Amino acid sequence: MTFIAKPKVAHPSLPRNPLGLTRRDYEGALSTLCAGCGHDSITAAIVEATWGLSLEPQNVVKLSGIGCSSKTTAYFVSGGHGFNSVHGRMPSIAMGANAANRNLTYIGVSGDGDTLSIGLGQFCHAIRRNLDMLYIIENNGVYGLTKGQFSASADVGTKAKKGETNVQPPIDPVLLAMTLGASFVARSFSGDKQQLVPLIQAGLSHRGFALIDVLSPCVTFNDHEGSTKSYAYTREHYEPAVQTDFVPLEREISVEYKEGEAVPVVMHDGSRIVLRKLDSAYDPTNRASAAAHIQERMKAGEYLTGLLFLDETAQHEFHQVNSTPVAPLNSIPYEALSPGSQGLKKILARYR
Amino acid sequence: MSPTATRVNDFTIKIATVNGTGSASANTLLMKSIFRSGIPVVGKNYFPSNIQGLPTWYEIRVTRAGYVARSGTVDLMVAMNAETYSRDVREVAPGGYLVYDSTWPRPALLKRDDITVLGVPLARLCNESFNGVRTRILMKNICYAGVLAALLDLDLERIRELLAETYAKKPQLVESNMKAIQLGYDYARAHFSCPLPLKVEKMDRTAGHVMIDGNTAAALGCLFAGATVAAWYPITPSTSLMDAFKMFADRTRVDQDTGARNFAFIQAEDELAAVGMAIGAMWNGARAFTATSGPGISLMNEFLGLAYYAEVPTVIFDIQRVGPSTGMPTRTQQGDLMLAAYASHGDTRHVCLYPANPEECFYMAVQAFDLAERLQTPVLVLSDLDIGMNDWMCRDLEWDDSYRPDRGKVLGKEEVLKLKKFYRFLDVDEDGIPYRTLPGVDPKAAYFTRGSGHTQYGAYTEDSADYQVVLDRLLRKWATAKRLVPRAVIDATSDSKIGLVSLGSCDGAIREARDVLAQRGVAVDYMRVRSFPFSEDVERFLAAHELLFVVEQNRDAQLRSLLTLETAVDKAKLRSLLHYSGLPISSAFIVEGVLAELQHERTAARPRDAAHG
Repeated sequence: MTFIAKPKVAHPSLPRNPLGLTRRDYEGALSTLCAGCGHDSITAAIVEATWGLSLEPQNVVKLSGIGCSSKTTAYFVSGGHGFNSVHGRMPSIAMGANAANRNLTYIGVSGDGDTLSIGLGQFCHAIRRNLDMLYIIENNGVYGLTKGQFSASADVGTKAKKGETNVQPPIDPVLLAMTLGASFVARSFSGDKQQLVPLIQAGLSHRGFALIDVLSPCVTFNDHEGSTKSYAYTREHYEPAVQTDFVPLEREISVEYKEGEAVPVVMHDGSRIVLRKLDSAYDPTNRASAAAHIQERMKAGEYLTGLLFLDETAQHEFHQVNSTPVAPLNSIPYEALSPGSQGLKKILARYR
Repeated sequence: MSPTATRVNDFTIKIATVNGTGSASANTLLMKSIFRSGIPVVGKNYFPSNIQGLPTWYEIRVTRAGYVARSGTVDLMVAMNAETYSRDVREVAPGGYLVYDSTWPRPALLKRDDITVLGVPLARLCNESFNGVRTRILMKNICYAGVLAALLDLDLERIRELLAETYAKKPQLVESNMKAIQLGYDYARAHFSCPLPLKVEKMDRTAGHVMIDGNTAAALGCLFAGATVAAWYPITPSTSLMDAFKMFADRTRVDQDTGARNFAFIQAEDELAAVGMAIGAMWNGARAFTATSGPGISLMNEFLGLAYYAEVPTVIFDIQRVGPSTGMPTRTQQGDLMLAAYASHGDTRHVCLYPANPEECFYMAVQAFDLAERLQTPVLVLSDLDIGMNDWMCRDLEWDDSYRPDRGKVLGKEEVLKLKKFYRFLDVDEDGIPYRTLPGVDPKAAYFTRGSGHTQYGAYTEDSADYQVVLDRLLRKWATAKRLVPRAVIDATSDSKIGLVSLGSCDGAIREARDVLAQRGVAVDYMRVRSFPFSEDVERFLAAHELLFVVEQNRDAQLRSLLTLETAVDKAKLRSLLHYSGLPISSAFIVEGVLAELQHERTAARPRDAAHG
């Protein structure tokens, strides 16, 4: 249960990052999710990614809404503040927090219900504002805490545990985000840590809104035959289109890539990623063709995964657009904010 | 009023026009020229929820006594809108005056023997002197200002001075406007006996005062309080508060060298997001606020409950308008008192401040931030359309340069490191207010903010006892809030057993009504509550009076409800005077209400006395 803290005992042989911290330092409370839940694998990937990036734990802000996925912010980086807000409204809390202090790292974890139904509006507008955060959707096509209703990401024809067939078409967060102008759009699978960890690291290094839609099977309500979000079905139908290798700031690029198939991209913070196309017809830097390709494969029942679209040159991150100072707004001394009694006198002259 | 009696500096003009025709500039010009002549003045705008083409009225009350409410009568009507002629004519008090555009004959509409009708061919005058349809329409409205200047004996030089300030960057507009003024002025002087018995005479009662609306004043308060994040969704009548904040911030918060802007101004996708942003920003250590009206508060309910329970400071301005539902968006009411006090599901209660005028909007805006951060809870400032969007004569706003924001119990890194362990919701000081930390300080300072059940140590819980510990502490915090909120303003000098109880924008009308009642031999005490929870003095005033009139601007007696719920007052002592037409309350309404009730009490009391005898 969440209120059971894990004992903080690190074996001396555990590997340490340049900050001298072990992976244990990036963990959180014990998960109360079902055994085998995809979400727990994502939590583990976040722990691995943040440890690997050597983020100062106190500089990580974890945000979520309501639902199984939203509980997971308590399960990683216990040294960072967490905010478990109301259902579907995490993006607005993230926006306010980010406006107040642009220097922290914001990780939002949401679910398909939290994002694609009750929170669809705020999700869209966070993308529109290009809020600088990593937004992970733990997507299982089903409402878990209320016991198995279809979510807005459920595919047509997928079967609920009790046999009901879904007839409404799904909202796909990846295509939606691309349409709305998102500059970092990825999809992954909770069962593919190799793919997920560098994606999370790349997303954290991106300036602006980074979306990772992670297919994350629900072992209790959506892992049966006939479900298109089960472990078995996902494993069979997900297709890596782009392999992403993350190269942190400190390390030289040693990843080899074949000319023409791999694209190195320098991220905002100076780190690099190397996009390796596994599908030669796919171009992750062309929004229109990428979206068309994703849609085409989806019709064939396949989920393309990897970093599906990236535009690291996008200039419309919230603080850029608003010309806020480099120093966080919450750090500006009061004296610099108030016009003072003389300033007030000047202002009042216009009201006589 | 007898037609010949002179009424110097004590009358009301009402101007009926069509909205979107530039009449606002003419009205402001008139009002300000009177104000600059040292005469107290009240401006009330009754406008439609519309861009162009619907009826709109502007009332200017010239009041040498310095009253701030609307008078409730009209002594001079400028009827510029044919659509509303008949009702505008009816509204003029006997002995009053009516000015109308006589370009077209309207004999049938103007039949009244007890008023003086003054026809001015405004359209013809302007058509002869100006070109272009739009210009002619605009100038027609400036022209009536010239007519009034002659009728009321306004100083033309003062008008020119005001125009020069308004059009400092477009001097050609000063000349064209002045030309229109002169047209009306000369026509009136040539055809009527000017000035009328209603007239203005220079006084010296406006020095040290400004004419300002409550939304502008509240925005200034936010600026001086050091707010850096402003999030909002447009809604009448709150929008001008945000516009004003942006205007002031653009002028005072932009670094001249780097162009960096020391504020974030975020137009949200709806009110839910707006309040979420304000909560997120204040959780993260910036002073943040949102402004809205009733419909927005309805939408913000869920978040208000979260901020209350998770103890996140937030400041929300509710510029109340007429409800229920969409209601009448451009009319005033005090209809959100109950909603704001207990917004959201479960056991929630919120600190509310009730400013009575723009001056208080300014000071209470600052206070709202201090209280929100001290108490770690949302603070709602309940203004209304009358305060927010009308120009009020107020004492000069003053600023104490020694002011520093009260950021409340926020532990910094060093303080946290000294602790054995940091617990977010412990009542260390036994005042119900726990300590908080900001993100980015130290891993030891980290805690989890949640709207789900939590222990005083900050952990998730479904344990009854642990849950109740926190819920009960929140009540202790409420008791602390009672000591910190602004006290009621009490005037119990009349030594009467009768008291008036009210709040917010009723204040001006009540103060005037007390003068009138005193003249008629009825002395009444007065208490204006300024906050929820009610301060201790509220209870004492209620107990000390035998008959209490609760005056408020809503149908359901919401202040009365709050008083009966939250104090020990005997319901039988309370009488409600409820004004909910959408127009600001007038003193006459209160005077008549009090006198009628006192008469009723006397009549009702007699048989009982007889029975006892």
